[in-house]
Amino acid sequence: MLRAEIRTRLGAVGLDLTFEVGPGECLALAGPSGAGKTSVLRVAAGLVRPRWGRVEANGDTWLDTERGIDVPPERRRCGYVFQEYALFPHLSAWQNVAYPLRGMRRAERRRRALELLERFGMRELADARPRTLSGGERQRVALARVLARRPAALLLDEPLSALDARTRAEASRELAAVLREVRVPALLVTHDFAEAAQLGDRVGVIDAGRVVQEGTPSELAAEPRSAFVADFTGAVVLTGTARPGREDLTEVELDGGGAVASTDPGSGPVAVSVYPWEIAIEPAGEPAHGSTRNRLPAEVLSVTTVGNRVRVSLAGAQPIVAEITLDSAERLGLRPGVRVLATWKATATRVVGN
Amino acid sequence: MIFRIALGAALAVALVFLTLPVVAIFVDSTPGELIDSLGEPGALDALWLSLRTTATALAIILVVGTPAAYLLATRSFRGKAAVVTLVELPLVLPPAVAGVALLAALGPHGIVGDELDSAGVELTFQTAGVVVALTFVASPFYIRQAVAGFASVDRTLLDASRTLGSSEARGFLRVVIPSAMPSLVAGAALAFGRALGEFGATLMFAGSLQGVTQTAPLAIYERFNVEFEDALALSAVLVAVSAAILLSVKLVQGSEALGGAPR
Repeated sequence: MLRAEIRTRLGAVGLDLTFEVGPGECLALAGPSGAGKTSVLRVAAGLVRPRWGRVEANGDTWLDTERGIDVPPERRRCGYVFQEYALFPHLSAWQNVAYPLRGMRRAERRRRALELLERFGMRELADARPRTLSGGERQRVALARVLARRPAALLLDEPLSALDARTRAEASRELAAVLREVRVPALLVTHDFAEAAQLGDRVGVIDAGRVVQEGTPSELAAEPRSAFVADFTGAVVLTGTARPGREDLTEVELDGGGAVASTDPGSGPVAVSVYPWEIAIEPAGEPAHGSTRNRLPAEVLSVTTVGNRVRVSLAGAQPIVAEITLDSAERLGLRPGVRVLATWKATATRVVGN
Repeated sequence: MIFRIALGAALAVALVFLTLPVVAIFVDSTPGELIDSLGEPGALDALWLSLRTTATALAIILVVGTPAAYLLATRSFRGKAAVVTLVELPLVLPPAVAGVALLAALGPHGIVGDELDSAGVELTFQTAGVVVALTFVASPFYIRQAVAGFASVDRTLLDASRTLGSSEARGFLRVVIPSAMPSLVAGAALAFGRALGEFGATLMFAGSLQGVTQTAPLAIYERFNVEFEDALALSAVLVAVSAAILLSVKLVQGSEALGGAPR
């Protein structure tokens, strides 16, 4: 169990948050850069001291500013995986892993370090220097090194951001397996909601030093409580004014023109959100059909292929992003400048606080 | 094309100008003559004294300068710029001024002369005085490089060391110093070279007593009028020592560059 309460000002960011992570659980704090994510990890690790704070791990008090307790980082037993991994450049992979192993003979340290490297499939690269390793290999050495410390809690700073897109998926699976296996509380921070959703059992969206909403990734995506959270989870966010409409729906008059309907209640100035994959594209002038209530005219700005999907940026009264299949994009002949209709259902439209 | 020829010509001129005097030391006399000249007792004394005092000065510089440089590189405090300037001042001080300054401070009539005297410390015309002069003029060369080296070490490495269970002092020894090693070695080599060649401050502060304060440069100066052969022989040895230091620094830095800095 890792519990923390932090209220302090560190540099430009004011932190005011409380969280609790159970053994074997991973809490992902996700937010834009400058939201204070790394500061939370540094407070937990003891690398900075907040004006007011309390940190407990497995019943040990690491920090309690009121009682004057501040255990130095070297005695906190937390496994901190730094953003660029912070491997010691002058030591080989196994010497990096052996660094936290103290009070034993060199042969024993080497044996244990090799065991840990073996677990990550890195036995062959034990004598390699960090600079000769790929990003994914460095991450494995960094993980093996913090595990050598037998940590009471894991702290992970943007663990996947230093990796290229191709290694990221595999590294993410590996990391998830490690988190399941070590059965200690893990606190992860990231600027990428997808990464947080992949690795976190719970996700806390953090903005300007506060957790603005916390829940499982699907809870956050399904019911964002603010435009900020909706936007952060990757939704398209449109602003406007809500009033009751026909058939028990809420009608939202969008700023800049156009209107959409939602099954959510709401009134006054609001934001509405819809996920890009809920949005379909039809040729301009196509007559309304079926249950798609929301139809906004827009012009194609850009078309980007991502695997077997296509992300289409649209300029309407407000910017919209749609994700459609490669097939439909080809069928519609999408290219910049083409005029289309972006359509989606009222049930896929969330009304959130502005 | 003309530009490239101009570049090549500039390098050729620089190379000839810088190497010709050094080469001349060796072509003017045969190796046999050089070795014979070293047989003269004063010459060997001077060389031995130079190596001893330079090594002692370098040891003092490393022990005191390394932590001082680390502090200057990693902490910020009021008046830091002034402290850095004061530490670097001997770098631009003319050696004669350094000698006078040392006398004014540590000489028998200097501002702390009485205190040194009552503590039984005598520096002028003593080997210890040579070490003081060498330390004074050479330490800024090391400290400057060391500060730059420590400042370029990623602070996250020390944070990582601490979260992995090492105190700041252990992290300093095991992580920070090895990471800054190329700069520390370069700084130590510069300081060694400066101390080995020291002339003016030593002469003024410690004098030129054979076997006590007469270092190799002072011995060369004393001989070049009368026994040019002997001066040449001593010079040749100093060239060899300096070249050996330069070469070993290049070797150390070459191997560090292979396994050192992150990609």
